[in-house]
Amino acid sequence: MSVGDLVPLATIGAVMAGGMEISRRQLRGEWSNGMLCSGPEVNLGDDHDGILILGSGHEPGVPLAEALGIRADVVYDLEVNPNRPDAMSVAGVARDLAARQGVPFTLPDPAPVESGEDASGRVSVEIVDADLCGRFAVRVLDGIIVGDSPQWLTNRLVAMGMRPVNNVVDVSNYVMLELGQPSHTFDLDRVGGSGFRARWAVDGETIETLDGVSRTLVDADGVVADAEDVAVGIAGVMGGAATEIDGTTVTVALEMAWWDPMSIARTSRRLGLRSEASARFEKGADPEVVELAMRRFAELIGSEAALAPGMADQRGDLPSREPVRVRVARVNRILGTDLGRDRIVEVLEPIGFATSKAGDDLDVVVPSFRPDSATEIDVIEEVARVHGYGRIARTVPRSGLTGALNGRQVDRRRVRSAMLGLGLDEVMPLPFLAPGDLERAGLAADGIAVTNPLVAEESVMRSSLLPGLLKTLAYNGSHRLYGLSLFEVGHVYRRPTEPRPLPDEREYLAVALAGREARAAVEVWSVLADALATRDYTLVAEAVPGLHATRTARIELASTPVGHVGEVDPSVSEAFEVGERVAWLEVDLDVLLGLSHGDLPFRPFSRYPSSDIDLAFEVDEETPAAVVESLLRSAAGDLLVDLGLFDVFRGEPVAEGRRSLAFAMRLQADDRTLTDAEVATVRQRCIDAVEGDLGATLRG
Amino acid sequence: MDHDLDAHLADAAAAIVAAVDLDEVRALDAELLGRRSVISTAKKRLGGLEADERRDAGRRLNEVRAELERLLDGRRTELESDERVHRLESERLDLTELDRGRRLGHRHVVTRTWEHLEDLFVGMGYTVVEGPEIEDEWHNFGALNFPLGHPARDMYDTLYVDYGESMSTLLRTHTSPVQIRVMETTGPPIYSVMPGRVFRSDTADATHMPVFHQIEGLVVDRDTTFGDLAGTIQAFTAAYFGADFESRLRPSYFPFTEPSAEFDIRRPDGSWLELGGCGMVHPEVLRACGLDPEEWQGFAFGFGLDRLALMRHGIDDLRELFRNDHRFLSQF
Repeated sequence: MSVGDLVPLATIGAVMAGGMEISRRQLRGEWSNGMLCSGPEVNLGDDHDGILILGSGHEPGVPLAEALGIRADVVYDLEVNPNRPDAMSVAGVARDLAARQGVPFTLPDPAPVESGEDASGRVSVEIVDADLCGRFAVRVLDGIIVGDSPQWLTNRLVAMGMRPVNNVVDVSNYVMLELGQPSHTFDLDRVGGSGFRARWAVDGETIETLDGVSRTLVDADGVVADAEDVAVGIAGVMGGAATEIDGTTVTVALEMAWWDPMSIARTSRRLGLRSEASARFEKGADPEVVELAMRRFAELIGSEAALAPGMADQRGDLPSREPVRVRVARVNRILGTDLGRDRIVEVLEPIGFATSKAGDDLDVVVPSFRPDSATEIDVIEEVARVHGYGRIARTVPRSGLTGALNGRQVDRRRVRSAMLGLGLDEVMPLPFLAPGDLERAGLAADGIAVTNPLVAEESVMRSSLLPGLLKTLAYNGSHRLYGLSLFEVGHVYRRPTEPRPLPDEREYLAVALAGREARAAVEVWSVLADALATRDYTLVAEAVPGLHATRTARIELASTPVGHVGEVDPSVSEAFEVGERVAWLEVDLDVLLGLSHGDLPFRPFSRYPSSDIDLAFEVDEETPAAVVESLLRSAAGDLLVDLGLFDVFRGEPVAEGRRSLAFAMRLQADDRTLTDAEVATVRQRCIDAVEGDLGATLRG
Repeated sequence: MDHDLDAHLADAAAAIVAAVDLDEVRALDAELLGRRSVISTAKKRLGGLEADERRDAGRRLNEVRAELERLLDGRRTELESDERVHRLESERLDLTELDRGRRLGHRHVVTRTWEHLEDLFVGMGYTVVEGPEIEDEWHNFGALNFPLGHPARDMYDTLYVDYGESMSTLLRTHTSPVQIRVMETTGPPIYSVMPGRVFRSDTADATHMPVFHQIEGLVVDRDTTFGDLAGTIQAFTAAYFGADFESRLRPSYFPFTEPSAEFDIRRPDGSWLELGGCGMVHPEVLRACGLDPEEWQGFAFGFGLDRLALMRHGIDDLRELFRNDHRFLSQF
């Protein structure tokens, strides 16, 4: 800084770009009444080296924005659909907007003065791999002086979120924002053989890019090589350091190309290099805007350089631009409109779609800047879009079908209603588990792994609902919410035993009743069975991993296991830091609801009086009540209409290791009143069956 | 004799009134009206009287007997009523001390919204279809007109699972694969919605979850049009949100529909809210499902289900839905 320099001053009360407010304060014993600013501090440029020194010709004391001609302006932040690279430029947006507004659209046609030796003799271009490069064009600018861009251009770039660098880079960016065509500039004197070759990279080929990083390429990457076949840039992604322009550059080779979108997408993703240029190339640039963009570049660089006449220009494979046959009837059949052919032409022409009549229909040539549009349906979308979605009459189709939930969906609602009726709250834990969760629950570590999880806690797909519900109880317990009764209906994912295209995915119901014993879970099951009208089930004691070894039973329906009921293994609850006993029920809904259930036919009931018998037996602890019950059922035969266990008693006078089971039975005949003798016969048959088969004794 | 009867009646009336319970009334009944009662004894003696006297005395006796019966009945009724009152009094309960706040269980808000939407679309003539949450690459992308390596696949942050060949099996990123399965297996005409759980590689925050829920709709018939799509979206909007909500379609892009649109709803306060995506089923998608696009055409739409749940209940953080805090669950 020297006397006479003009610099920006932030006065007291000014709020800086970073949000800091300037206030009066003491610095090294001196009172400071403001701050002189560097470029970044006022959001201008990237030069942190010191205070921004403004050019001459400014009045001291004038607000900085006024001095620099920065006016309050509107910046539109547009969300551009990924299929519309044409809209990633000011010109493209303007073209679409003009069509919608019904106003003419014209592109400027710059004609910069050309001088010097024709470029075609000074630089060579060869497209080695036509599938990579659809077009490669180079013009030459002589006598360039690298310096700062004019203020207006810098302001616009900053408004667009770009960082001003120097006039050459800035103009390149500006042309890209304006017309959508990225460009790259080489110091032609540093390009070997003064020529370019566009080709696929060789596996292991290396290049030092502009950011100073040495990168190793693979054969799916495209490169720009010089005439001596040394890579001087990664196609469409980043230029090489060796041919970068700098203050010593005199002759610039200005390159504009069209690259295969997929290859650019692949390479930029693989290298983690995403730029404004690659974003445009990977969505499909306009191969035909190159001439205009070149002239615009030269115009903006202005007298700082001389544009040599001529252009070295080669073409490879470009998308087909065969006319698309568009049937007027088809347009209307898809859209539900009644548009005439003239209206369709009127809609398409302003967005650059050239039409010609073909019988009753149209042949449409899609413009080169619309890679998204290549088929009839694409053109129909354009008709709808420009005509206006809102102008298409709304109709509601009449489904000739009957809307309904299917049986499975109705059953699922029954299951939920039963759980809700019992006062259970529905939970929805994530179906992800952390490694080790299944083992912690005593289960096999057979969860299918997520190959690209964001966090380890979400890296395994659950094969059981148990860990998720225990975690839910633990979470609530940590907030001192105890004694919860919860259920979940959700999928589990398992590796199938036979090879199948997809995992064995099943819908399960799980119930966890904290602070409750197995009895509560059995009650839930019996209510569920009743809700689904599946009464003929059996509970068979079974030791199941994760569940309480002596308080768990397998639920069977028609000899098919459908789930388990009982309690969670206390050591498993502990492992999940659940401090309460947990009653547990799990049911494979795919199996259960696949078995016959529900909608039973009406069974007429007898009009004759019934007779009741109560029988209490002393039975070994090892004998399940269900076994006694089934013996009674078969012994009583057809006359039995109701049977229930109504009392269980242990202790004196019942012998140790045995307990008393008391059953109430109701007998009834369809066609008569039972005699005392008939009832007595049945009673004796029941006693004989239970005493004889089970070593049980009738209690007096 | 008259005098004796009067005195007897007066004594009996006093005794009846003094009876304290039904047992005493029963005893008095026996004593006053039984075989050895004054009345019965007097009745037996009537035979020895002259006809005139007998008639008068008989009438008198009947009057006294009727009076005694009336008094006994009256006292009995009184005491029975007292007893009922007493019994009820002895069974008095404070019902407020019995109310332990036993509750019905609470349906998860996602389920509430899910079922609400199912019911609504069933009413519009749709069936409800479901499919696997772990999908193959073909149903989630390929059949939906996302060629392999297509940049549009990047729009979805896909989680893959270790199953089969690398990258062949994934956690479905949308419920659209169910559309494919319906077209493959059922064939048109199709009027179906597909609610379901979907997955994205997203870090959980107030508006994102790696797991969330969607509902999509698919209609394929001979002459289903874009106008039908717009009308259906509006019918749904009015049915779910209310008649004072309006909808609009805005051009958008999805590989599996064309023309494509996003749809917004306008709330009564005039503000617009983007709700979901929709469009005409792309001919390539129909072809991938073995349908001839010249013969069949249709529309599809889809939107997030969880956000509707948040909106309906005024919940401001998506994570709350999956945290399963009982203080949250028990509110709905």
